[in-house]
Amino acid sequence: MEQTKGNRVVISVVGQDQKGIIAKVTAILADKNVNILDISQTIMQGFFTMVMVVDVKDYNGDIDSLATYFKPLEEEMGLKIRLQHEDIFNFMHRI
Amino acid sequence: MGLALQEIMETIRMVEMENLDIRTVTMGISLKDCAHPDVNIFKKNIYNKITTKAADLKDVADKIQREIGIPIINRRISITPIANVGVKYSSADYVEIAKTLDEAAKKLGIDFIGGFSALVHKGMTPDEQNLILSIPEALTVTERVCGSISVATTKAGINMDAISLVGETIVKAADNSKHINSLACAKLVVFCNPPEDNPFMAGAFHGEGEPDVVINVGVSGPGVVLHALKRYPDADLGEIANVIKKTAFKITRAGELVGRLAAERLGAQFGIIDLSLAPTNATGDSVAEILEEIGVEVCGAPGTTAALALMNDAVKKGGAMATSYAGGLSGAFIPVSEDNGMIAAVEKGALSLSKLEAMTCVCSVGLDMIAVPGDTHPATIAGVIADEAAIGMINKKTTAVRIIPVAGMKAGDMVEFGGLLGRAPIMEVSQYSSEKLVRRGGRIPAPIQALTN
Repeated sequence: MEQTKGNRVVISVVGQDQKGIIAKVTAILADKNVNILDISQTIMQGFFTMVMVVDVKDYNGDIDSLATYFKPLEEEMGLKIRLQHEDIFNFMHRI
Repeated sequence: MGLALQEIMETIRMVEMENLDIRTVTMGISLKDCAHPDVNIFKKNIYNKITTKAADLKDVADKIQREIGIPIINRRISITPIANVGVKYSSADYVEIAKTLDEAAKKLGIDFIGGFSALVHKGMTPDEQNLILSIPEALTVTERVCGSISVATTKAGINMDAISLVGETIVKAADNSKHINSLACAKLVVFCNPPEDNPFMAGAFHGEGEPDVVINVGVSGPGVVLHALKRYPDADLGEIANVIKKTAFKITRAGELVGRLAAERLGAQFGIIDLSLAPTNATGDSVAEILEEIGVEVCGAPGTTAALALMNDAVKKGGAMATSYAGGLSGAFIPVSEDNGMIAAVEKGALSLSKLEAMTCVCSVGLDMIAVPGDTHPATIAGVIADEAAIGMINKKTTAVRIIPVAGMKAGDMVEFGGLLGRAPIMEVSQYSSEKLVRRGGRIPAPIQALTN
């Protein structure tokens, strides 16, 4: 199949704007050996919205386990942090 | 290839705000190699095969859902129509077989198992008759077993003897399950031209030409289509069709990815994507509201059939671009109880049974999840089924009837099924009798369209 089997994961963060969101998210990524390839952040409909493309090649585990490290932060700051494999975006919008 | 922020945001919006989901991952399993004259050995064989082949179905679907970030709502199994593997079983045996299927579904943690079915469009074997006779009890005492009966095809005509029996069976099933609002009927579909690879319940079964184990995926997304249309309030109908087409494309692609991943990980063949728009009771996830957004004041007003035809065709075109393996019932489902817009339209008196029947000529299924008064005569139910079968037979398409005569209720009441099946207003049926027609029995001959060779 035309799946990429790549190492890239899209992380999206949505929530009320507040200080320190980017710092805390990126600190977790650095700690887990995940490399940030692209980062863009905006305020959409009043919500803080950040989308990152990261490379998980050197991370020792799968998307599921990486997602668990963000759970405490989601609760602490009232955020929704979603990790999705890049395949879904490539597959959905492109032939 | 680079990822575009706009595409990422669009996917997230579709999931978070517009109810985009993969409706079902359905594993089709052939039970042909389980046949045995001793019903106890047969039960053991089917239990073992189903629980072995689908052992990882739930976990794999759960994991894919987390990886790609799109919810997968149902995990289901379809099996060879049980009457096709049965060997001289009695009705009581068939009830026991249904219980075994229910146990297997519960053990695997899957939502529904479909295929408690018989295909009797041209004639009935004694075995198939026994299965049909067992339905009222079998679907009452089990939770997750779904059944279907094929009573007509374009090639064979309409088996009126079977329809007559099914009319009585439905009334009996309603009465048997009156303590649960006649819920047994909600798990039974009567078909004309049934698709053999349909992943949607209650009509899913694993047909004749299918491999041993196959993964079929049903994608949905009325909410996504509705939101897309809302962004173009002034578009003409050609543009509307285009918007629906583009949206259907994206939804189908998501489904194809899920289907291929699931098939690969479960060691099964990838079958089809059913690109149906199937509504749910979630706000905004309604086919009726799409039709209203296209331009009719309330679903059921003149123009509704035209709007539905436009939508149904656009969904198929978008889906066909996105996958080479579109199948099943692909198109729009128009159930009443599972669609808030349809429920509202019936309550307003805008949508009647006869308008729904007309709408089924241009969409993928038929009369779906229709609740009628509990005292409806079996011959009237048989008449409704015969009408729907005739539409399917003449137009070379699938039609189906899932009708529920709710015991103790009358037109205007509201029945609550709970969960996925939702709630439904009891609809009025014709007070005039179909008894003479139904009593004649026999088979309505296949139409001239059958001679296509």
